[in-house]
Amino acid sequence: MSSIEFRKDLFADERVEGLKEIGKPTIRQDILGHVTGRTPYYDDHLFDGLLHMRCVRSPHHHARIRSVDTSAAERMAGVRRIVRPSDVPHNLNTLLSLINFGRDDEPLLQPKKASYRGEPILAVIADTEHQARAAAAAVRVDWEVLPHVLDVEEALQPNAPTVNEVFPDNTFEYGPYDHQKLRFGDVETAFAASYRIVEGRYQMSPIEQAPIETCGAIAAPETNDRYVCHTSTQALFFSLGTTAKLLGIDSSRLHFIGGTVGGGFGGKVDSIVEPMAVLGAVLTGRPVKFMWDREEEMQVGAPRGAERWYIKDGVAQDGRILARQFTGFFDSGAYTRLSSYAIVKGVGHLPGPYSIPNVSANVYCVFTNRTPATAMRGFGITGVDFAIECHMDKVAEAVGIDPIELRILNAYRDGDMKAHRRLAKNTALIECCQVAAAKARWPIGAGSSSASSLAGGGERALIPETVTDTEGRVGERRQGRTATAPPRKGTGRVAAGTAGKAVVAAPPQRPDMVGDPERFGRKMGGPVPSQPAPAPMIAQPQPRPGGPSLPAAFTPPTGFAPAQPQPPSAPQPPTAPQSAPDAGPYQPDQPFQRGVIRPGASRFVSGIRRR
Amino acid sequence: MAVHQGRGFACINYPIGMNLGGDPSQALVHSTPDGRFMVTLSAIDLGQGMKSVARQIAAETLGVPVAHVYVDTADSDTGPHDMGSFASRGTHRVGNAVIRAATEARQQMLEAAAEELEVNASDLDTDGKGNIHVKGAPGRSISVADTAIAAQFKQGRTLSGRGIFLIPPSGADPDTGEMTPVTCFAHAALIVDLEVDDETGVVTVKAINSAYEVGRALNPKLVEQQLIGGAWMGVSHALYETTEPYYPARDHGPLDFNTYLMPGPAEVVPHDIAVLERPAEDAPYGGKGPGEMCANPVLPAIANAVYNAVGVRCDSLPITPEMVLRGLRANGGARPQARR
Repeated sequence: MSSIEFRKDLFADERVEGLKEIGKPTIRQDILGHVTGRTPYYDDHLFDGLLHMRCVRSPHHHARIRSVDTSAAERMAGVRRIVRPSDVPHNLNTLLSLINFGRDDEPLLQPKKASYRGEPILAVIADTEHQARAAAAAVRVDWEVLPHVLDVEEALQPNAPTVNEVFPDNTFEYGPYDHQKLRFGDVETAFAASYRIVEGRYQMSPIEQAPIETCGAIAAPETNDRYVCHTSTQALFFSLGTTAKLLGIDSSRLHFIGGTVGGGFGGKVDSIVEPMAVLGAVLTGRPVKFMWDREEEMQVGAPRGAERWYIKDGVAQDGRILARQFTGFFDSGAYTRLSSYAIVKGVGHLPGPYSIPNVSANVYCVFTNRTPATAMRGFGITGVDFAIECHMDKVAEAVGIDPIELRILNAYRDGDMKAHRRLAKNTALIECCQVAAAKARWPIGAGSSSASSLAGGGERALIPETVTDTEGRVGERRQGRTATAPPRKGTGRVAAGTAGKAVVAAPPQRPDMVGDPERFGRKMGGPVPSQPAPAPMIAQPQPRPGGPSLPAAFTPPTGFAPAQPQPPSAPQPPTAPQSAPDAGPYQPDQPFQRGVIRPGASRFVSGIRRR
Repeated sequence: MAVHQGRGFACINYPIGMNLGGDPSQALVHSTPDGRFMVTLSAIDLGQGMKSVARQIAAETLGVPVAHVYVDTADSDTGPHDMGSFASRGTHRVGNAVIRAATEARQQMLEAAAEELEVNASDLDTDGKGNIHVKGAPGRSISVADTAIAAQFKQGRTLSGRGIFLIPPSGADPDTGEMTPVTCFAHAALIVDLEVDDETGVVTVKAINSAYEVGRALNPKLVEQQLIGGAWMGVSHALYETTEPYYPARDHGPLDFNTYLMPGPAEVVPHDIAVLERPAEDAPYGGKGPGEMCANPVLPAIANAVYNAVGVRCDSLPITPEMVLRGLRANGGARPQARR
């Protein structure tokens, strides 16, 4: 049996207890629908004359399309429409263009060259799913098979085939470089002064999100020149904006409905099924369903991507880690999706929850001829945490220190400087280590038992002089041999103490959105900076001389449909609750009950679920 | 041939919210004619309890019972913009937006009640049971329902609020990696006890002891569900799951749940959890999202425990019986490490 305890004794002086609703084990309002099978999901939306869409997919890792013959498929029973790449108005996108990150690199339907096994090149819309499958199987494609590359380090070799022509060097670009750098202090000098050097290589394979409900969407024309789309998306406006862009349609003409999803785990952010279904509805004028089957979910739907990490530590005799170097490779598959972003997140996470005075990292987003990778629970962090924590045990063994005590010795604490040049605050790693050890009766020494996350800062807050370099500029690597790890000799120096200002949240826009801080559960005057909970964001972000700046091309997101100047994010105010027309004269002193639709009630009058 | 016991440790921290910001969430709150409140969002409930958490935050902030609050999500025609449920951002971003919206609605509510009670709004407080009273004079009160009715039909006021939460977007320096990735972190430490059969290579996880620091457990049952389920997923990632068993080769990829290995309910490991709560400065009621981070420490803790049991370093995932047996063969047999 499992158990759970709440250690209210720890950090008690930073918490207000006795809140009325927060902290209560309130049962979910929607649970009855879930456990009785009444909750409607996207696939429960019945439409008369629903059509079904299936894709024709590449059977090859890497192959050029010489020709496509759809004549047999077109003549088959029930086939309504063959959807071709030329039917997609703006057939190139990258997901994070919605926040102006990256470069459009992936078509909805591939017109020229398939870069992974399973890449869609065509779709068939038919009256039944069976007919759509049969017609898709009858499409004949003449393929010219090309050499492919599946390994991240092979993909960086000069002779490797180019996977994605938008990134001809098989790497995403971070400023002038083909990788994201992290430089903090002088790693090489610290290695030279170390008692032990500990090295390791770690690999995580792709993992499927495995939701019970596969990705899908049902789209239908509405009578007001708009399209409704019932979707399994994890990110409603992400999918809406992506659909608007790919289809060249004002985002205000799209009406997306979702919100209740049968498991996501990160696999329902990619916004592929929504534009496909809406495109089908646009082309046929009929409701269209596009839903992955389990095989597509497993092999075509983007998994958690593989990651490979090399770690090298320099350790003092007492167990303090003096320097840590990472070389990391994210296998993005054939297109960017979200891997580029996960790398920046991962780099911000290095060197893990430890205060290490010298850290460097080169991390690569590599394109290979496999299914594009995407988000999954712990995205950008899970793989490197596996590497770091396996490595910590190797370090403990190398210096003969208990693994938990080694972690506590090196743990980051409040006020410590992190490698991304911001101060740590609100830390609790040490206390977690102590509590877990006690629960499992894993003995640790008195020094480790009495350590505290509060005892940081001081010298630990300093930013060291940092060695920099300009190795790995875009285009250099494939012209010759450039090492993937950070170079041994730097070419530049950044002065000690160089850091910009932390970015904080935009403040509440009106004073009446700022509540009484005491009501938000944090005790004032504790060791944590004593700003009220929802209003610590009073400070506007300052211009940061010397700090990182936004990419030159960065402009605030202006909307979802490029053609549309108004961001669709301007919400429609919720419509006022309607009273029934026959409500009768209203009596203000009586509770108003009649004609009010009961919120939360199932829209399904019968309990029979559609097949 | 024998079964060896092993024990392994790992600890982690986890960034809450989208890296480098730029991910707004909005919320709208309005009263119904019978004095209940509707929270309108575009957030997605993946089963993690997004709606439940938003509802509790709204009720606490408004000062009304949770039973009087409903959450409507996600319809793009009525729900305001939200980036989505990912990157542990739901509770943090949406929760903060709900706080701001509910704070404004509460202010409207207190002003409407003040007019009915003929007092100053700043002298009023809520009892959390559906009533508004004069501070220090609980006898002088009006119900939230009567306040809403008066506001709507007598005073011509709305009891509504809107909120947005945004960490403005920023960049990472290409030369040094300097950045402001996120504003708060959750923490965890975890100990795994397992057995390794040196004949079959099979690893069986027997027990997990853990400590998770989540800022504040906004709903302890939802936190428990996340932590138990997350650890289960961590075990599954460590020992079973991959779409490409011979990565980077693409052969033998599973096509369904017959060939994609996942543990069933019977493999849920007995798991003793301690929850620590150190409220984060800019998180709603201090709560950090526990959903993503809870699986992460399990993977390395299992690898470390396998080494402790038989002396085989498993530096790639998943740790299949084949990998363990190959490691044992390379080592010339099991080499159990010191018992902990």
